[in-house]
Amino acid sequence: MTRTTGPALALDDLRVSFPSAQGPVSAVDGVSLELRPDEILGLVGESGCGKSTLANAAMGLLPESAEVSGAVRLGDRDLTILAERDLRRIRGDEIAMVFQDPSTSLDPVWTVGDQVAETIRAHRDVSRREAKARALKLMREVGIPSAEQRYGEPPHRMSGGMKQRIVIAAALANDPAVLIADEPTTALDVTIQAQILQLLDGLRQRRGTAVLLITHDLGVVAQVCDRVAVMYAGQLVEVATTEQIFSHPAHPYTEALLRAVPGTGEPGAELTVIPGQVPDLAAPPVGCRFAPRCPFATEECSIRPPLEGDEAHGAVACWHPRSRDREVTAR
Amino acid sequence: MSALLEVQGLVKRFPAGGPVWRRRYVHAVSDVDLSIGRGQTLGLVGESGSGKTTVGRCILGLYRPDEGLVRFDGRDVAGLRGSTLAEFRRRVQPVFQDPYGSLDPRWTVGRSVQESLEAHRIGSVQDRRDRVRELFATVGLDPALGDRHPRNLSGGQRQRVGIAAALASEPELIIADEPVSALDVSVQAQIINLLQRLGRDLGLAVLFISHDLGVVEHVSSEVAVMYLGRVVETGPTAAILRAPEHPYTRALVEAIPHPDPSRRFRHASLAGEIPSPVDPPSGCAFHPRCPIAQASCRIQVPELEPVGEDHLAACPVVARVTTRPTT
Ligand SMILES: Nc1ncnc2c1ncn2[C@@H]1O[C@H](COP(=O)(O)OP(=O)(O)O)[C@@H](O)[C@H]1O
Ligand SMILES: Nc1ncnc2c1ncn2[C@@H]1O[C@H](COP(=O)(O)OP(=O)(O)O)[C@@H](O)[C@H]1O
Ligand code: SF4
Ligand SMILES: [Mg+2]
Ligand SMILES: [Mg+2]
Repeated sequence: MTRTTGPALALDDLRVSFPSAQGPVSAVDGVSLELRPDEILGLVGESGCGKSTLANAAMGLLPESAEVSGAVRLGDRDLTILAERDLRRIRGDEIAMVFQDPSTSLDPVWTVGDQVAETIRAHRDVSRREAKARALKLMREVGIPSAEQRYGEPPHRMSGGMKQRIVIAAALANDPAVLIADEPTTALDVTIQAQILQLLDGLRQRRGTAVLLITHDLGVVAQVCDRVAVMYAGQLVEVATTEQIFSHPAHPYTEALLRAVPGTGEPGAELTVIPGQVPDLAAPPVGCRFAPRCPFATEECSIRPPLEGDEAHGAVACWHPRSRDREVTAR
Repeated sequence: MSALLEVQGLVKRFPAGGPVWRRRYVHAVSDVDLSIGRGQTLGLVGESGSGKTTVGRCILGLYRPDEGLVRFDGRDVAGLRGSTLAEFRRRVQPVFQDPYGSLDPRWTVGRSVQESLEAHRIGSVQDRRDRVRELFATVGLDPALGDRHPRNLSGGQRQRVGIAAALASEPELIIADEPVSALDVSVQAQIINLLQRLGRDLGLAVLFISHDLGVVEHVSSEVAVMYLGRVVETGPTAAILRAPEHPYTRALVEAIPHPDPSRRFRHASLAGEIPSPVDPPSGCAFHPRCPIAQASCRIQVPELEPVGEDHLAACPVVARVTTRPTT
């Protein structure tokens, strides 16, 4: 597979809305984001902020009813305007996805090994034997013990962690340039989560697959991501390196979210709460969508702040960003 | 002074098929001891299937223990009948992960809270109305939301209603089973603050069940760690998170995804998965995955032994290293 020096995947002013009785739900609102080859980019935000919608848009998996504009570029193609037939050729080959619940990706009546092999045969002209040999190799690579034995098992005989490994093996079967993982460890226990995260990190290093890791968990982001994009109510509010996000969050929402995580501050101390509630995406606030909950909001904030910045400092969409240069002082 | 809640040698098995004469069992809880003093919070952690919920349900009297006893305020709960049982139910209340299941979808949430007052025969009809408003205020809910149905509330609001319903009978002990696990971080923070404040203001004792060590670190200074139905380590949360002794606790603590990139996983994570509780491994149930297991670990079920101040671990291998003769 040839890899270009440009981004592995680029979203350009992506907008997605769903019709509803209350009017269109603006689930993704003008997101521009580049996933670089070899990186793990975290996409983090609370539930309902549009992460899965963004991922499904990138995979061309949105329902018919969704209204989409902007572009999703994979190499020199825009996936938003490709025909379903062409999309099907690309999905599972050049771009692949892993979902939260592995059971939804696996056919309950097929053996897990055959499902991995079939993913290969769907895109490559290889014999059954060759596909099986490759599938076994993949199963070993993703850490399935006694792969030969487990090849013939149906999914229900496997634990959640093992099933997720099978799904990852199938996703990597054709060595895609881009892997989108939507909450891949959310349903798993912490020790299994650690295994899967280490697996993803190792695969990225060995194979150079670019990974968009979607999660609501800031801890997961901190463990394996190179860069982080923070999403709030359908918009990107901040994109920066993982170190910057955690040591000098620039957006008031990022900062507030970090302070709300228990286990970081003084045990027993009052956790910082974000006043108010997530906005209704059928009638989002104009301008900065965080403004109604933001302690720093001014009149200016009724105009949407652009996502601006540079490589060294990261980008932030805020009229009054917290300074990246400021020393973080304990309060 | 005796503890408010004392659990001793608790065993709970569930039938798992097989013919009657060779019935197989899920060993959900095996020989668990716990104790909670008045106004204290004890964290109960462990991965899914480790038996946390079963312990909570045995305490609440929702499951009858196969062995061992649950003593509340000095009395064996299994022996309670009639009015003493009603009294126990009033004094010990559950809070669940998603109150959706415990709130009647046809009723307004105000009515649900009022029903819990009625169930415990608290106050007159007139008093109850006022009391519901008070309870809503206590948990930080606009009393006007009392007219809504559960489906018209957010997850955080529903959990506040669940807490209001639990507080209705003025309990002394709350069994909170994963009360914030279904909530987003920012909402989770609100509910954690609320539970902490109520614990302090009302002098509540809480058994705080969670799979999230970060949450437990925040809410309780004492913790018990479960693995395959047994408590493998217990003691001060700070000490256990700083220096876990049991090899399983070590692995669990190392797997915590800290929201801090300078504290990334350093070791290869614990290999393998939790074995089936139907035929749990002999001896120390952790031995097949344990990096320091010895031959004896396959035979002898380890007892909890002191490894530090108020700190116990069920691993003879670490206990030998840690306990030095006092001079
Ligand atoms: N198929 C759909 N039809 C209508 N609304 C949808 C659909 N999918 C998602 N939404 C709405 O879009 C918003 C974003 O949802 P989602 O992308 O699932 O968020 P996240 O993955 O961050 O939790 C939510 O308000 C959700 O209700
Ligand atoms: N009512 C039940 N019938 C049969 N098995 C059960 C029942 N409740 C729990 N179990 C089993 O007991 C074990 C412990 O479960 P549980 O107490 O729910 O653990 P946790 O809350 O730590 O996840 C699990 O293997 C579970 O499948
Ligand atoms: S733009 Fe204004 S409202 Fe939005 S986060 Fe920045 S300061 Fe707050
Ligand atoms: Mg989602
Ligand atoms: Mg449970």
